[in-house]
Amino acid sequence: MALLNFLKPKNQLEEGGRTAAPVQRDEGEPEKNCPNCHKDIPLSRLWANQLVCPCGYHFRMKARQRIHMAADKGTFAELYPEIKSGDPLEFPGYQEKLDTACAASGEGEAVVCGTAQIGGYGCCIFAMEAYFMMGSMGSAVGEKITLLFEYAIAHHLPVIGYIVSGGARMQEGLLSLMQMAKTSAAVKRHSDAGLLYIAVLTNPTTGGVTASFAMEADIILAEPGATIGFAGPRVIEQTTGKSLPKGFQKAEFVQQHGFIDAIAGRREQKKLFEQLLRMHAH
Amino acid sequence: MSQDAYRKVRLARDNGRPTGVDYIKNIFQDFVEFHGDRRFGDDAAVVGGIALLNDSPVTVIATEKGHSVKERAMRGFGAPSPEGYRKALRLMKQAEKFGRPIVCFVDTSGAQCGIGAEERGQGQAIAENLMEMSTLCVPVISILIGEGGSGGALALAVADRVWMLRGAVYSVISPEGCASILWKDSARAPEAASCLKLTAEDAKALGVVDRVLSEKDLGESEFYDRIRTLLEKEIRKLSAEPELIQKRYDRFRKMGIRGKEEKP
Repeated sequence: MALLNFLKPKNQLEEGGRTAAPVQRDEGEPEKNCPNCHKDIPLSRLWANQLVCPCGYHFRMKARQRIHMAADKGTFAELYPEIKSGDPLEFPGYQEKLDTACAASGEGEAVVCGTAQIGGYGCCIFAMEAYFMMGSMGSAVGEKITLLFEYAIAHHLPVIGYIVSGGARMQEGLLSLMQMAKTSAAVKRHSDAGLLYIAVLTNPTTGGVTASFAMEADIILAEPGATIGFAGPRVIEQTTGKSLPKGFQKAEFVQQHGFIDAIAGRREQKKLFEQLLRMHAH
Repeated sequence: MSQDAYRKVRLARDNGRPTGVDYIKNIFQDFVEFHGDRRFGDDAAVVGGIALLNDSPVTVIATEKGHSVKERAMRGFGAPSPEGYRKALRLMKQAEKFGRPIVCFVDTSGAQCGIGAEERGQGQAIAENLMEMSTLCVPVISILIGEGGSGGALALAVADRVWMLRGAVYSVISPEGCASILWKDSARAPEAASCLKLTAEDAKALGVVDRVLSEKDLGESEFYDRIRTLLEKEIRKLSAEPELIQKRYDRFRKMGIRGKEEKP
């Protein structure tokens, strides 16, 4: 029965946002404008609703909020927080960018890794951080994800990954590119060990991360409306001189083309993880 | 200094350089080309098949840019579509089945950028190659012969040995792309080229390539003879390697930062 839920619209965004409930306002409360329905939504309401607008639009979420949302209370134990990017190529302006990213995100790198329980099932979990250079993958991100998969192999654990990324981080040049091969090899070993990997692709998932561990999961989920692709839409438009089809590279479009197992809104994700982990526990 | 790196980029892109098929024709004998990915189509930007390296069969795969204007257009300018990567993987799996070593020649500005390529899973196709190549049980040698453009090049270069011609470049992004993203000015590509450390010497210093090949007699028969001899020697060595897959894993595992491993 539960599987049939996949077939039902998951939220109002999928229904075109027409069924959004009227927004209640308190005088003087801070608001955020929704880029989808263009309404001002009180922040308290967004927070109470996992940063999902009543119209179904999924606002950007920090890595730790995602882990907090998915993990059973008090079970998350962080791994590898000490691993941070150097500046191997001495790329002009990179060190300043890293400092700004640390300050803006409160994180040392663009991914947070650790172990947790979800519905009582032990797992490894990682969440990429959009506020840290748009989740771009340099050596530190590649290393942390590789170490996490190696940890999961050693401890026979499934991996759940929240992905958001602009792709490989160009300031680390070829070393960033090589992280695609490095993480993919670790995912392959985890897979060959018969272990489960679930990826949740969030807005945006592009470039070298799409072309490596984002598309290598056993089960690939995506948040509604997320942009998912290899080349960015603007680059494709410029290169081909063609206008892009409606909904191009949106999660729903990518699912139609056969590359996403299911679209899961934020409010259903934890329950879905629990269900899938239970079905793979033996 | 910055002009020097960008000059190399332009030379690596030069139409006059030998392309993938030139290497196949001149290094191997009895090449038989195999077409198609058995999924959707056949991508002319990737040429693959079997051939003899002296008397031993090997699987050969090359990206091909073409020489004439007409051929370049037919080849998609050497930018593989998902079908190209899937054809390459099919041939690599076939090589594994028959115990043949694999030699790849890489010369691409990157994976094809287009609506159809996205619709048919460009990212997924590359990802699958990276994953599957990491555990192929036959020796894999990849040679970067011109442009090594990002993930589109890496998808044919997860190998036991990665060699690079002295005049080739290998980069996470094109200098033009890098300059336009970072500085909103693609005219600053020469500066980006220098920052990206994309020359063969840089790639060797970073540990990304194992050997830089001289191209003083580029395109002459001595040039191909030399590569043939090197390939034979290296394949013999790799074929006797008992822990091939582990060593390939370690090769990429050590790139970038190395954190402390957890004890199981």
